[in-house]
Amino acid sequence: MAFNIIVCAKQVPDSDLVRIDPKTGSIIRKGVPGVLNADDANALEEALKIKDKHDDVYITVVTMGPPQAEEVLFEAIAKGADEGILINDIALASSDTFVTSTVLKTAIEKWAADNGEISLVFAGREATDGDTAQVGPQLAERLDIPQVTYASSFEISEDMKTVTISRKLEGYHEEVEVNTPCLVTAIKDLNQPRYPHMHNVFAPMKITSWNIEDLGLDADSVGLAGSPSVVISSFPLKKGKGGMFVEGESGAEQAANLLAALKDKRII
Amino acid sequence: MTDKTYRDLWVFAEQNDGVLAPASAQLLGEGTRLVKDMDGDNTLCAVVAGNEEDSRQAAADAIAYGAKKVYVIADENLTNYTTDGYTKAVCAAITEYNPDIVLYGATPQGRDLAPRIAARLGLGLTADCTRLDIKADDYIAYAQAETMLDPSTLDLDDVLLKQTKPSFGGKLMATMVCPKTKPQMATVRPGVMDSLQKDPAATGEIVAVNAGITAEDIRVTVKGKTVDAADGVALADAEIIVAGGRGLGDASGFELLQKLADKIGGVVATSGAPIDAGWIDESLMIGQTGTIVRPRIYIACGISGSIQHLAGIENSETIIAINTDKDVPIFEIADYCIVGDLYEVVPELIEHWDEYITK
Repeated sequence: MAFNIIVCAKQVPDSDLVRIDPKTGSIIRKGVPGVLNADDANALEEALKIKDKHDDVYITVVTMGPPQAEEVLFEAIAKGADEGILINDIALASSDTFVTSTVLKTAIEKWAADNGEISLVFAGREATDGDTAQVGPQLAERLDIPQVTYASSFEISEDMKTVTISRKLEGYHEEVEVNTPCLVTAIKDLNQPRYPHMHNVFAPMKITSWNIEDLGLDADSVGLAGSPSVVISSFPLKKGKGGMFVEGESGAEQAANLLAALKDKRII
Repeated sequence: MTDKTYRDLWVFAEQNDGVLAPASAQLLGEGTRLVKDMDGDNTLCAVVAGNEEDSRQAAADAIAYGAKKVYVIADENLTNYTTDGYTKAVCAAITEYNPDIVLYGATPQGRDLAPRIAARLGLGLTADCTRLDIKADDYIAYAQAETMLDPSTLDLDDVLLKQTKPSFGGKLMATMVCPKTKPQMATVRPGVMDSLQKDPAATGEIVAVNAGITAEDIRVTVKGKTVDAADGVALADAEIIVAGGRGLGDASGFELLQKLADKIGGVVATSGAPIDAGWIDESLMIGQTGTIVRPRIYIACGISGSIQHLAGIENSETIIAINTDKDVPIFEIADYCIVGDLYEVVPELIEHWDEYITK
């Protein structure tokens, strides 16, 4: 049986290009390209590294999003993934992380029922748009498999039954060991994502699209209706007032004026 | 939701070898304020898991920082933090005692644990909050003073916990509520809330919770820990930070910053550009993807201020920025802006600092 790996991926707006509409305070997505979320690229890369070294590894990339989120599946397959699944349904709009993890779990189990057991799930630690880092652990719980978050190095045993992972935490690394199947969330230290390969780009791509009916989910159990968390408002902060510009003709004068101001305000 | 009565505000008291995490102490400080705003009669509680000795110490710390009651799950199987062990422990306490609100520090541990608990219990969870309100008036006052939100369009009550968090790297804020499930849960960014003065004489009730943890529950084995090199002072705790950016020009610029840091009792840090250039170790990175800091004084030298970087320093008390370009974004949030060459200004600061400090 193949060693089946699921990689969870999300298309996010390129966060360097995202702008706020000054009038409405909402995000201007128009003209902002969607990209594969950064941590997810590391998650995919680690799966590809396993496939590089071992025979009979099959990588399926799953994404939930609007139709254009298919782009991240093209990208993943161009890099070497075997298959992509797009979960797309208007009813999924405004799903919180709990519902998202439920939907992903349902899709993964549907894939497994048709194709065989899952041995590993990779996800990025967090997405750059919502910044929650919640879907990975929630999905692991929903799949009832152990999780290892903040993975900065990953090694799998020759028999592919045991995984050794270094977790990058605050000021230290923790080494852990876990048996497959398990879910691992990747951070950028984990690896250097590769570029797409031309011969993959031109090969036929296996991409499947599922809606909630395909997954056997009820519209009331997903989206805003099914989510325990509800966004009541979103808004930018007021622009900072900006501080005082420290006068001075030279570095020496500026330094002296700064120190005087700091002393005056009892900051030093 | 069932007819169960949910009351009290709990803080997950994260401990490392028996020492309460600063983020948990800060949450107890915030909890002291919030618990008064809750509907009905509520108590500020902590929940702590660990082995016998560590959990006892951390419980005492939690009481010293304001908890009136501590639920303790003491078990040798909880000596190391593991997702499996701690999830089972905290879930047992929550389902037995039904708190109305549970807060976790948005530390690596809190962000590993809280979503697992939320998924197991089917609860809403808001990640990495920087503000919490219960009273509608408090939220409205915040919205008017600090945001571009028009709160008059909102239907606000005085009951639900309003959980405000940054998204898109701080470009946008969002406020969430969890109206359908209890307890309401959130992780809260370290360094944003204020802890109370530690009071070793404070007293509180200890409630032992038996979660029946077995070795088989724990599927991930902790093999060891390696403390990272070149990270003597935790940036997150530093009082004074001297940070350098692309404007340093090369790696040797950090030597000058180190001299300033030594003079004023600070630590050196970096924005993203010097790491990309290979000038300095990545562990010293400040920003949304590095460490979020909250120093008393932040001195930014040759840093223009990307969104990611600004998200990491916005809670600094005083920001001083030195840059040759007067139009850089960091000047929009800095308290003191110096348009000039850091190589001219910084040596002067080093030389004359002592003349100005208040003894």
